Amino acid sequence: MASGDGANGGGGGGQGKLPRKRFYRARAHSNPLSDSHFPIPISPDEVDLSQHYPRYFPSGEGEARQGDAAVPRIRFADVGCGFGGLLVGLSTLFPDTLMIGMELRDKVTEYVKERILALRASNPGKYDNISVVRTNSMKYIPNYFRKAQLSKMFFLFPDPHFKEKNHRRRVISMQLLDEYAYVMEVGGIIYTITDVEELGEWMRSCLEKHPLFEAIPEEETKADPVVKLLSTATEEGQKVARNGGQTFQAIFRRISLQE
Amino acid sequence: MEDAAVEEAEVSGGAAEFAPALVAAHPLGRSVAVAVGPELRVFDLKASSAVSLSDNSGGGSHSDAIRAISFSANGALFASAGDDKLVKVWKTDSWCCIRTITSEKRVSAVAISNDGTYVTFADKFGVIWLVTMGESGGEQEPTDNKPVSIFGHYCSIITSMKFSPDGRFIATADRDFKIRITSLPKKPLRGAHEIQSFCLGHTDFVSCIAFTCLSEGPSFLLSGGGDSTVRLWDYINGCLLDTCQVRDKVGELLEPNETEDNNLSVADICPTNDGLLVAVAIQSLNGVMLLACDLIAKKLSFLKVVTTEKCYIPTSLSSSFSADLLWTVMGASNMPNQATSQLCTRLKIIPHFKKDPLAGCDHVPTVLEDSEVPHGEKLLLALQGSLDIAKQEEVLASVLAALKVSMHKMLVKKHYSEERREQRKRGRNDKKIKK
Repeated sequence: MASGDGANGGGGGGQGKLPRKRFYRARAHSNPLSDSHFPIPISPDEVDLSQHYPRYFPSGEGEARQGDAAVPRIRFADVGCGFGGLLVGLSTLFPDTLMIGMELRDKVTEYVKERILALRASNPGKYDNISVVRTNSMKYIPNYFRKAQLSKMFFLFPDPHFKEKNHRRRVISMQLLDEYAYVMEVGGIIYTITDVEELGEWMRSCLEKHPLFEAIPEEETKADPVVKLLSTATEEGQKVARNGGQTFQAIFRRISLQE
Repeated sequence: MEDAAVEEAEVSGGAAEFAPALVAAHPLGRSVAVAVGPELRVFDLKASSAVSLSDNSGGGSHSDAIRAISFSANGALFASAGDDKLVKVWKTDSWCCIRTITSEKRVSAVAISNDGTYVTFADKFGVIWLVTMGESGGEQEPTDNKPVSIFGHYCSIITSMKFSPDGRFIATADRDFKIRITSLPKKPLRGAHEIQSFCLGHTDFVSCIAFTCLSEGPSFLLSGGGDSTVRLWDYINGCLLDTCQVRDKVGELLEPNETEDNNLSVADICPTNDGLLVAVAIQSLNGVMLLACDLIAKKLSFLKVVTTEKCYIPTSLSSSFSADLLWTVMGASNMPNQATSQLCTRLKIIPHFKKDPLAGCDHVPTVLEDSEVPHGEKLLLALQGSLDIAKQEEVLASVLAALKVSMHKMLVKKHYSEERREQRKRGRNDKKIKK
């Protein structure tokens, strides 16, 4: 299992420190409808960035710099980040961009935390721009991000929830796209990928129907370095590739409302 | 442990059923409506008589607790909805029901757009539905006049829904501490997808919201919640302007043993037409708290409490724009051991509900005695359901006890202790099967 974790190319020295997945076994799914028992920030103002990105927010300075326009903000969100493969891949691709993974499963979040700490320890000066938070992003997205704060959102291999009665548990829906559109800036890009054809069609049709998103032409997505990571950086993506499975992407741009 | 689990489930189950009585005054002061349980009682203030409701819509009448009532901005329409999944729209000149809409789920909030074109309602899944009223919907997309879902709060029950005074936004509050301000598009049948802002700051459920404005000025949003605060918002930008802790003030008035934390939720708020005052109903407070609302300095400050008799705790507030009366009602339905014959409510009126700049703080409005109530016994009989004080006292005493605990329990998110959660996990059905 751990050998499939190809994105941890953190150099030989850190190998021993990296967390081992076998100690972080977790259920494959978690109920997004259940009421949560973890702390949730009341508003984006209460998100403590110094905890997540200590190099960008040396302790004690976090509060004082709030009003400063130059304060870096989280720009990318990986919703349902799983074991964090994409974050690790993006970290070096966008070394100056703060990004956060959101994951509902407690143990998985712990794993990603440890993984990031280990990567930082073995690669000084790197991986300081990624972090993870345990939360239910379907319920609490507006508690973490301000309006138009994000420039990229990722939904990689989400739970398919096949039964119709469970479609409301899908992480992409018309209702939830309203909230994602709210936290994304105009021009921001939403990336979705799945190996389940039915879900792929569902996500595409939701995005196509939504008045605040438009499809990005294929030639443009081909030039986007991020797109390659979608199917290669994550554990799920690698598993699909190993099995020779197909993937279905939907990549859309946040636009302003045209009436 | 087992016993404790059962007991907890029972208590919370009962509280979820609990339905407080509601009052709504016609914006132009023509009538007043009170809802308790499935009963809708209306009194015509112009004709000075109780209204007998008629129904041309072909739908049934309410058969379960009414959870939300609302007049349209000009008072021409009235909507009622609740646990029986019916949304009924009434014409207020004849008090005839012109539409009965069947919802798939129980309805927790209802509102009528300012021009009377749309009725919106929120169901138990947090989905907001919209129906076009009248025939003018013809130029819109072809519609079989079924409700369409326009947006939703993700699986959180909507506690209150209001249209902004300029009609550009819908505000919705939920049990997850959130208030969402959604732009109402020109063609809302395609959905309202653009979120203007979230008003985040409450640290418990939001129970009520109300728009307020100075005449001709910009409008603001007021909200009250389970965290015993009333908050003032710049809702366009989602900025919290001021917070008024009502707990501290109530704490001074109540005896120490009465101020257990969860009894001081804000039950309802009602601003004056001039935007200078806010009336606040607080669970466990026998009376109405008045806050001064300074929309220029953007401050809320405690003014005074209009106390009522010991056993009167209002569950709902309303005022009309024309008369300076604050209508308050107390009552509840769906309580354990409650017979339907006991759908008694108590109505009290606070006169001079406006901020008179000359009178200042010395002027203390008092609650009208029953004999001073406009239209007297006729009105009280129609809206309270009974004039028999002795019988009322008996019913209200039981309502009072339930109110103090249930109002909060009805809306609060359940919190389980660490041990209880572990116990529940161990008892999960999927694990049982494995064994």
